[in-house]
Amino acid sequence: MNVYAPILILGLLAFGFAAFSVVTASITGPKRYNRARVDAYECGVEPTPQPVGGGRFPVKYYLTAMLYIIFDIEIVFLYPWAVAFDRLELFGLIEMVLFIVTVLVVYAYVWRRRGLEWD
Amino acid sequence: MTDPTFGPFGLDPWWLVIVKVLGIFVMLVLLTLFTIWWERRVVARMQHRVGPNRVGPFGLLQSLMDGIKLALKEEIIPKGAHLAVYWIAPVISATTAFIAFAVIPFGPTVSIFGVETPLQLTDFPVSVLYVLAIASIGIYGIVLAGWASGSTYPLLGGLRSSAQMISYEIAMGLSFVAVFLYAGSMSTSAIVIAQEPIWYAVILLPSFLIYVTAMVGETNRAPFDLPEAEGELVGGFHTEYSSLKFALFFLAEYINMVTVSALATTLFLGGYIAPWPLSLWDGAMSGWWPMLWWLIKVQVFIFMFIWLRATLPRMRYDQFMKFGWKVLIPVSIVWILIVATARVLRDEVVLTNRELLIGGAVTIAILLIVSWVFQSRSDRRAAVRAERQQAEANLTFDPMAGGYPVPPMPGQQAVGTSRRARAGVTIVQDRSDVTQEAIDG
Repeated sequence: MNVYAPILILGLLAFGFAAFSVVTASITGPKRYNRARVDAYECGVEPTPQPVGGGRFPVKYYLTAMLYIIFDIEIVFLYPWAVAFDRLELFGLIEMVLFIVTVLVVYAYVWRRRGLEWD
Repeated sequence: MTDPTFGPFGLDPWWLVIVKVLGIFVMLVLLTLFTIWWERRVVARMQHRVGPNRVGPFGLLQSLMDGIKLALKEEIIPKGAHLAVYWIAPVISATTAFIAFAVIPFGPTVSIFGVETPLQLTDFPVSVLYVLAIASIGIYGIVLAGWASGSTYPLLGGLRSSAQMISYEIAMGLSFVAVFLYAGSMSTSAIVIAQEPIWYAVILLPSFLIYVTAMVGETNRAPFDLPEAEGELVGGFHTEYSSLKFALFFLAEYINMVTVSALATTLFLGGYIAPWPLSLWDGAMSGWWPMLWWLIKVQVFIFMFIWLRATLPRMRYDQFMKFGWKVLIPVSIVWILIVATARVLRDEVVLTNRELLIGGAVTIAILLIVSWVFQSRSDRRAAVRAERQQAEANLTFDPMAGGYPVPPMPGQQAVGTSRRARAGVTIVQDRSDVTQEAIDG
């Protein structure tokens, strides 16, 4: 069998198990309707509206996600370089230093503009 | 098209693949049940309690009974929930937790029912990248669970978890680079074999420390368990989940713990290779023994997780993010550059190891001084900024701004309430006047 097929089989088994648990739980448990119980939990106060119902959430998280993409791409470029390092030698090192410095310019800019602060 | 193979992988007959899949599945479920029990017992011992000891010998069946109890509990679906996403989120979490384990090696080649096969489900040239990819998909489960609950606490908890996990994934990814540099491969089995002479935890200690820190952040465990900070967010992203859906999130968390521990073992502690006193025994690497060494190493990490939880208080969220972005990431990048430069210098300029060590020490010292100067400068700037903000707040504080009266903070002077203010005197910022006024009545 090829090297990727076992992952698919393990994935199917795991998915089957998870789906089975989710479905079973809705059958085995008791059902007693209670209006207060199906309200969103907010320590007893009237729940605030949420995105599913049209609310908002802090844009800060969006910024973090974008920064993550920049750095994740940097990492993905570092991996093949690291694997082939012994064949690239000095040339590879200089190229990669230039690349990392370029990314660090972005990093310094974000830091300076206080994009990494939480308050 | 021929089936792709990689070394001894991809040659197993179909029935052997199914045996291995079932073996891994059962092992992960049992490890989860065991780890939950073990965690409760160890934390109890550390807090001078006994812990669960009623169900089965030493309370070992406790987590199993908890699972059965959860299955018999009523399932509450909040009325604001987005049903389809709400149902699929725990399934995503659990599935990705299981399949990330597919490339972890837990032993060399053994014979199962007469077929020679490595003790690892599968492997390919980029298997560590695969683990990172699957871990990223696992975040979907959490963020979707938080969003689909239609409730405040889960939403904030889900966003926090995802922000935390992606931030620490960068540090985690960077800590792998030095390992790939030394091993010359991204395949887990090749990395283990490359550590036969010496563990990477020894020669790449900074990478190892960064990885261990990042893996605690990545799995949302104490002291980085901010997504479930009870005092702030109730249960975090799974506040609105009950019954077996909740159990699936729990299962996913513990499997992820085992997976990151196993990855740490694979990349830094030599995987299944026997540690020193045992390696003197010739039979240590024969048959199924290596799997035991692997299991012991993984359990050491799991014990560390539990120990951290019992010892350390939870960090504040801004400190936590600051630590990830402003400390772990620059330190890992600098470390990668040092390792790469040292390797090139050794190969091209032919420096001795001693010269390299001295050079490295000097470089690190210079970097520490530079970062210290930079840090103290930015601290001073932040202090000035805070002072200015404080001064502005003092001038503009209005007790009725929010529609209801709010008492002034220390150092603030309420506008329009003091006799002097009413008399048209400008606002005072000095503390002594405030106390004087209090005496005046």
